[in-house]
Amino acid sequence: MAKQEDGKLRLFAVRTSPHVSGALTTPRVMYDVLIALVPAILAAVWLFRGHAVVLLVSTVAGAVLAEMFGNRLLRREQSIGDGSAILTGVILALCLPPTFPFYFAALGGAVSTGIGKMAFGGLGYNVFNPAMVGRTFLTACFGTMMTTWIEPGTLATIGGVEAVTAATPLGLAKQLLKAGGDASLMAQISSQMPALPRLFLGNIGGSLGETSALAILLGGAWMLWRRTITWHIPIGVLLGAAVFGTIAWLADPAGVVNPLTHLLGGSMIFGAFIIATDPVTCPLSAKGRFWFGVGVGLLTMLIRIVGGYPEGVMYAVLLMNAITPFLDRWTATRPVGLGGPSYA
Amino acid sequence: MSYMRDFTRGLWDELPPFRMVLGLCPVLAVTKSAEGGLGMGLCVIFVLTLSNIIVSALRRVIPRKVRIASFIVIIATFVVIVELVTQAYFYSIYTTLGLFIPLIVVNCIILGRAEAFASRNGVFRSTLDGLGVGLGFTLSLTVLGSIREILGNGTWFDMPLMWSSFEPFTFMVEAPGAFVCLGLMLGAMNAISGTRAS
Repeated sequence: MAKQEDGKLRLFAVRTSPHVSGALTTPRVMYDVLIALVPAILAAVWLFRGHAVVLLVSTVAGAVLAEMFGNRLLRREQSIGDGSAILTGVILALCLPPTFPFYFAALGGAVSTGIGKMAFGGLGYNVFNPAMVGRTFLTACFGTMMTTWIEPGTLATIGGVEAVTAATPLGLAKQLLKAGGDASLMAQISSQMPALPRLFLGNIGGSLGETSALAILLGGAWMLWRRTITWHIPIGVLLGAAVFGTIAWLADPAGVVNPLTHLLGGSMIFGAFIIATDPVTCPLSAKGRFWFGVGVGLLTMLIRIVGGYPEGVMYAVLLMNAITPFLDRWTATRPVGLGGPSYA
Repeated sequence: MSYMRDFTRGLWDELPPFRMVLGLCPVLAVTKSAEGGLGMGLCVIFVLTLSNIIVSALRRVIPRKVRIASFIVIIATFVVIVELVTQAYFYSIYTTLGLFIPLIVVNCIILGRAEAFASRNGVFRSTLDGLGVGLGFTLSLTVLGSIREILGNGTWFDMPLMWSSFEPFTFMVEAPGAFVCLGLMLGAMNAISGTRAS
C-alpha cells in the first residue's frame, strides 16, 4: 500500500515486466537524427542557397501532408508529432540535386511517406526506407532532372540563370571507367577530378546534403554520442566499400578512381550514417547490423564500378532492406548453453 | 431479377482483377495504355462469353474427370480465333498485346467462370455471366490503363491530354508503376465497399 497525494491508501499498480522503461522514445530518436542533420542542412544552404531552402520546405510539406492523409484513411491518431515524416522529408531533400523542381520534390515527399510508409501500415511496419522509396520513384520518373548537377555557389538567388552544370566526382569516375584505355581522354577526365580536401569539405557538384563529408561526420558523431545509432552500420558500410574499392583500384589503378574518392564522393558517407541507420528497416542484432552495413557498402561499390549507374547507395540500401528479416534470423542470439543450430 | 444479378455480379461484387484478384498477368502487363487495356478487355469478353456458352451447352456431355482439359480445348479454340482475327484486321492491337493474346488461354478468370458457373448453369445465364464478368474486366483494365497512360505519358488513347509543359511520370508506364497503381486502386475499392457496408 502506498500513500497517494490525496492521503488515501491505494495498491501499487500490479503488472508484468518490464517495469523500467528507457528514455529512447520514437520522437527522441527522430529529433536526434534531425539535430544530427543540422550541419548538413547548413552546408547545403551555404553551398546552394535558396534552392536548398525551397527543396527542404517542399519535401517536408509533401511528406507530412501524405502522412496526415494516410492517418486519416487508416483512422489513426495523427503521428506527425513523432517527427518521422519531417525526418523523411529532410533526408529526401538532402538527396536531391539543387535545381530539382520544387513541385516534384513535394510529390517525392508524398510518395516517401504515402507509399513507402503509410501503405505498409505506418511507422514501424515499413519494409523499405521511406526516403529511399521516394528517391527511387523520382529517379524512375525524372531520370534526367535527378542527374543534372550544378557547381555550388554559382546561384545567388532562386531562379537565377547563371547555373553552371558540373559533373559529380562519381560521374567523372564513371566516364573514366568507360574511357577504356584512351590515355589522353583519361588524363583529361582525371584533371577535372576535385582534390580530396575539397571532396571532404563538400564544395563540389552533387546532391544538396551529400557533398560535405565533414558536416555529415559531425552529425554522425553526435548520434553516436547520443547512442541514437551504434557504430556497426556506418563502419560496416565504409569497410565494405573500402575493401571492394581498394581491390578494384589495385586491379586497375588507371581506370578506377582511388577508394578515398569513392568514399567521400557521392552519398556514401551520408548513406552510412544517416540512411542505412534507419532503426525501422535495419536488422536488430549488432552482428546483423554490421553485415547489413557491409552488404550496403559492397553493393554500392558493385553498382558504381561494375553496374550502369554512377551512384548506387539508394539501390544498395533498398536491396539490403529486403533481406533484413533474413539477417535478423541468421544472427539471432542463441541462448547460452543450449548449443546446436540457432532458430534459423 | 436473378438474370439481372448474373450480369451485374461481374461489375462490382466479383469484379475480376480487384475483387477476385484473378487474371493479374494481363492486368499488369498490357495496361501501359488505355488502348492496350481496352483491346485486351474486348478479346476477353469475346472468349469468355463464347466459351461460357459452349461449356454450358456441353455441360451434360463432358465427363467430370476430363472437364478441365475439355474447357481448355474450348477456350483455346476461341483464343486462336481472336488471335487470327486481330492479326488480320486489327494489326496495331495485335502488335500492342503481342504474346498476351495467346496467353488468354491460361487466364484464370475464363477457366474459373467455366468451372464455377458455366458448367453448372444454363446457356442463357452463362451468357449473361460471361458478358458481365468480361465487361467488368474490360472496365478495370481500361481505367487502370487510362490512369497509367495519362500520368505516365500525358496522353489518353494517344490523344495529348495534359498541358504542354507536363513532365510525364515515366514510372507509371513501367512495371513497378503497374503494381503501385493496382495496389492503390485495390485499396480504394476496399475503402469504398467498407464504407458502404458500415
